[in-house]
Amino acid sequence: MPGGSQARAPMASFIQLLVSGLATGAIYALIAVGFTLLWQTSQTINFAQGEFVMLPAFFILASMNWGAPFWLAALIGIALSILVLGLLFKLIIVDPMLRHGVLPLVISTIALSLFLKEAAKNFYSSQAQPFPALVPSVDLHFFGAVVSTQSLAVLAVAVVTVVALNLLLNKTRLGRSMQATAQNPTLARILGIPVRRMVLYTFLINGALVAIASILISPIYLAKFTNGETLGMAAFLAAIIGGFNQVRGAILGGFILGILDNLSAAYVSSTYRGAFPLLILIAVILWRPQGLLGRVEERTV
Amino acid sequence: MKRLGSVAVVAAAIFAVAIPFFLKPYGVYLISTWAVLTIAAIGLNLTLGYAGQVSLAQGAFVGIGAYTVTLLMQAGCPYPLAFVAAGLLCFGIGWILGYPALRVQHHYLAFVTLAFTTLVFLVLRNEEWLTHGTYGISGIGRPTLLGWSTVSARSFYFFCFGMLCVLAAATWWMLRSPWGRAFVALRENPLRALSLGLDTQRYTLMAFAIGSSLGGLAGALYAPLVQFIEPGSFALGLSFNLLLMVIVGGSGYFFGPFVGALIAVLLPEWVRITEGYYLMVYAALIMLMMAFCPYGVLGMVERAIKAATRRNPSSPAPAAVLGVEGTRS
Repeated sequence: MPGGSQARAPMASFIQLLVSGLATGAIYALIAVGFTLLWQTSQTINFAQGEFVMLPAFFILASMNWGAPFWLAALIGIALSILVLGLLFKLIIVDPMLRHGVLPLVISTIALSLFLKEAAKNFYSSQAQPFPALVPSVDLHFFGAVVSTQSLAVLAVAVVTVVALNLLLNKTRLGRSMQATAQNPTLARILGIPVRRMVLYTFLINGALVAIASILISPIYLAKFTNGETLGMAAFLAAIIGGFNQVRGAILGGFILGILDNLSAAYVSSTYRGAFPLLILIAVILWRPQGLLGRVEERTV
Repeated sequence: MKRLGSVAVVAAAIFAVAIPFFLKPYGVYLISTWAVLTIAAIGLNLTLGYAGQVSLAQGAFVGIGAYTVTLLMQAGCPYPLAFVAAGLLCFGIGWILGYPALRVQHHYLAFVTLAFTTLVFLVLRNEEWLTHGTYGISGIGRPTLLGWSTVSARSFYFFCFGMLCVLAAATWWMLRSPWGRAFVALRENPLRALSLGLDTQRYTLMAFAIGSSLGGLAGALYAPLVQFIEPGSFALGLSFNLLLMVIVGGSGYFFGPFVGALIAVLLPEWVRITEGYYLMVYAALIMLMMAFCPYGVLGMVERAIKAATRRNPSSPAPAAVLGVEGTRS
């Protein structure tokens, strides 16, 4: 935090900001990757993605209220998230509307975000709930910089998740089939890839990713029904800045956003910290609309 | 059939004039909100339904209009002048925003306008010397026009409804001019419009700027209606809500925004009997509506009429009833 940084050397406080920025960035990256996966395979712009991250924390808290230990509750939360936010979301909301084009589905996901927010408020609580951290919070000292174990744990879990996802997408037959489905569904079908099942898998993966992101972010932000608003926006911006149609673009975008958020709040202006990602977004769209790492989408007539 | 459409419009107009006499003040406030939001939604329908561009900036233009009118009136400017200024300012900002933004189209325009809306919200919140930040501005007066005071709820409703009629008529006239026909050509087939020699970028920009100025005028009515403005009212939620109105009513149908705004304003009130769950019920109903009539209420009505005329081929084309140009794709 900028308040305590004056006492220490500028380099040390910079490192601190950088580490906490990387940790938030890693969480943003997880959310953004799920977001781009849905877009790539099914042209779903999920405006409820932020609420998707907000909700699993409440699944976990509810399981713990039933007496489950944290690790079990976390597993239940991930499973429920895959089931509800992956499978049911696809079957009930996306599937019936896909053939009507992008816009009705956009409205539907906007309504869904309102629905999930109100559901968390009504059925759990409108108050921010404390959420257990993955590791006990201890400050580690590196060359004068103070880095919390929590930031490092968040970073580690997020990086492992992203690497695992990348291995799945690039090194396995299943992952390659999913990529083929994203790039050219017609051709993928001709090659004998079960396209519909591949699309379903991306929804299930998104369900798992948002649950993991929820476990990582909730100890920091507390579990609150309004959390989705900022998280969804961050994921959305990260996805566009990095490249809407590339998984690695979303990862890059997430890290850029996390670091920028922390650095700009400390060095430039904390009331306008939210403005920097937006200005970068506008600049990126004007000069490189496909995003920093994105492919140019072919024009269809 | 065309006469049937006109009869429906006249009946609805008579109903809209008579209804405030039967409502409590809160009901009059709600229908005034409907009239104001319909103006903003008509503007968005120009951008989305006719020029085919998704904009999430309309809520921000309503905000700019509301703040412009309020600040000018506080500086002693008469209301009519401030009203016109709000429209002109939003036209200008729409033009400046649209000029670079429309180089990239489709979902990218949605992203740029989303960023714009959030930036406008941040400026309204942070520039306290001008906007009083999160405290907002209260005690905004209602104007007296040509000796007619609009202070009472009912007379202000008539003022809003009158402005709605004037602006809707102007839009109707514009859509029938060569200009408006170019807008429709843009929606139906932008490539063909381009190959026929239309300067598509210029027309799209024009539709966007005119749509934005309608948003600003709606804001200029919103401020004296609520008599209190704060940045949160014009955040992304309002833009989402206006987009919802246009799509739920039927984008590209002239009367779509009227129906959509009616649903978005009244439906949450009707389901208030479910107490704390009313927003959940509302959201669920919107999702159901999108699943069963993705082309909006008027899209569904048009389909129903088409199905009926197919059985009875002597009737003329149904499109004329709804004031639709060409077929929706």
